[in-house]
Amino acid sequence: MMNKEPIIHTINLSRSFGDILAVDRISLSINPGEVFGFLGPNGAGKTTTIRMLAALLEPTSGEAFVSGFQVGKEDQKIRRNIGLLPEAPGLYDALTAEQNLAFYGAMYGVEEISRQIKRYLELLGLWNRRYEPVATFSKGMRQKLAIARALLHEPDVLFLDEPTSGLDPQAAKLVREFIGELKGEGRTIILCTHNLEEADRLCDRVAVMNGHLLALDSPKVLRRNIFGRKVVFHLTEIKSEFEQALRSFEFVTEVQVVENKILVSIDDPETNNPILVRTLVEQGAEIQFVGELRRRLEDVYLELMQSSQGSNNGKN
Amino acid sequence: MERIKAIIIKEWREVFKNKFVLFTVSFLPLMITALPLGILYFAAGSEDFGGVTAADLPPQFSSLCGDLGGGDCMLYYIVTQFILLFMMVPVIVPMTIASYSIVGEKTTRTLEPLLVTPVSTLEILVGKGLAGVIPAVLTTWIGYLLYAAGAHILVDNPAVVGKLFDPLWMTAIFVVGPLLSIMGVSIAVMISSRVNDPRVAEQISGIFVLPIVGLFIGQTTGFILVNQQFILWMAGVLLVLDIILFYFAIQIFQRETILSRWK
Repeated sequence: MMNKEPIIHTINLSRSFGDILAVDRISLSINPGEVFGFLGPNGAGKTTTIRMLAALLEPTSGEAFVSGFQVGKEDQKIRRNIGLLPEAPGLYDALTAEQNLAFYGAMYGVEEISRQIKRYLELLGLWNRRYEPVATFSKGMRQKLAIARALLHEPDVLFLDEPTSGLDPQAAKLVREFIGELKGEGRTIILCTHNLEEADRLCDRVAVMNGHLLALDSPKVLRRNIFGRKVVFHLTEIKSEFEQALRSFEFVTEVQVVENKILVSIDDPETNNPILVRTLVEQGAEIQFVGELRRRLEDVYLELMQSSQGSNNGKN
Repeated sequence: MERIKAIIIKEWREVFKNKFVLFTVSFLPLMITALPLGILYFAAGSEDFGGVTAADLPPQFSSLCGDLGGGDCMLYYIVTQFILLFMMVPVIVPMTIASYSIVGEKTTRTLEPLLVTPVSTLEILVGKGLAGVIPAVLTTWIGYLLYAAGAHILVDNPAVVGKLFDPLWMTAIFVVGPLLSIMGVSIAVMISSRVNDPRVAEQISGIFVLPIVGLFIGQTTGFILVNQQFILWMAGVLLVLDIILFYFAIQIFQRETILSRWK
């Protein structure tokens, strides 16, 4: 049975650097076992938010709780319960992979350090390279070692800041698969990424931010809320009566014709699709395919950013 | 304690792989030990000292010689001139190590993953500090003992060599030396927070060696008399300075400051 108490909870969390307001009154809750993504452009406050939640920076105002401990007041307890993969892996090049992990094991006070090192180096395919200096490692190997470092003490919450940034497609795929495995283990993962496809694939929910929160929900719900749902009918031939017949239904909000496709906006395709298909067939249409128009998370993101810039310009 | 030990070992593994650091840490003490021994070799073999009387020496200094005759007092004068040079080792060596250690962490961006662990600021600074202070103090002591052993071979009168182990120089080497090391580390931490090149940090920190060079020159030219009272004062002032400097080093090394202001 999953514990429903949020593992991360923020109330009007804000952080300024001098006159610059980097994070503006963010309130959110993240459940245990959830993979949660922070999305936003450079300077949107994603890293600052993660740093506050990782007890590296104190909030200027507002409150944040991680694993039940308050940021700024119980930082040492928070640090014991979290793991962080920063934007740069930050490994000691002159030390071997094993020495790097042993050092961090000592910092976290990990008891069975040799066993933990073996476990994660094997899991990430680095066990055979354990005696080699990190300076000889590829970018992908470094990233994997940095992930092992963040997991060594079995944290409740894992913060991953741009985990696949700068990696080649193969290394990025490996890292994504590993994050997927961690998700399968039920770990809470906070992902900060520019890669929207990655966020779409891995995250249960995403927060789109630009200093402040623009939207927060699952990628699916965000897509639906912003673009609604559209069904695409691929026909051999388009006739004007098909369009008219579809428009006659109250549940149809919009009909568009593009080449030999008819796009129909409806709220509940699961219920209404059979009616639409039957109507088109009765009108003599030959249907080749029927499917839902998939909006990418990128479309949602761009739409949100555009409206955010629009409202900012409006204010100015 | 485990964390401090792990930090010290990690620092040594990292820093001593840097050839420049290794050279500084090993060459400076070797040079400071070998140079005075060479001079002493020629001085001890010189027959000119036979005719030296107490009247030929600065009055303040001859008072330090106690029962030693004119020639032996002259040798003691030469032997002790160089002891102040040994004071440079505990300042320069930890400054070099700390500069490379802290600026290195800044440039390779290894501080953030370290700061997110439960290690305290004090543990980090003590670990990094000791990683600089321990080799500095050890090389100073070993160099001094080698110097004393060399002087024992080169100088006939054991009373002259025995003076190297009187409370004055024991305090200088075993108390003032470590205090100077702590000062060196604290200064290096503060300077390293503002620069991105360890060599620049080291060069700026190097300015703080000048007072010791001035002391050496002052003593050689007779302007300053390094006696027991002077060394005790020096130890007292350094102790206060170390507390103040280490306090500021801790303030500068706060997690927030490092992440938001260290560039």
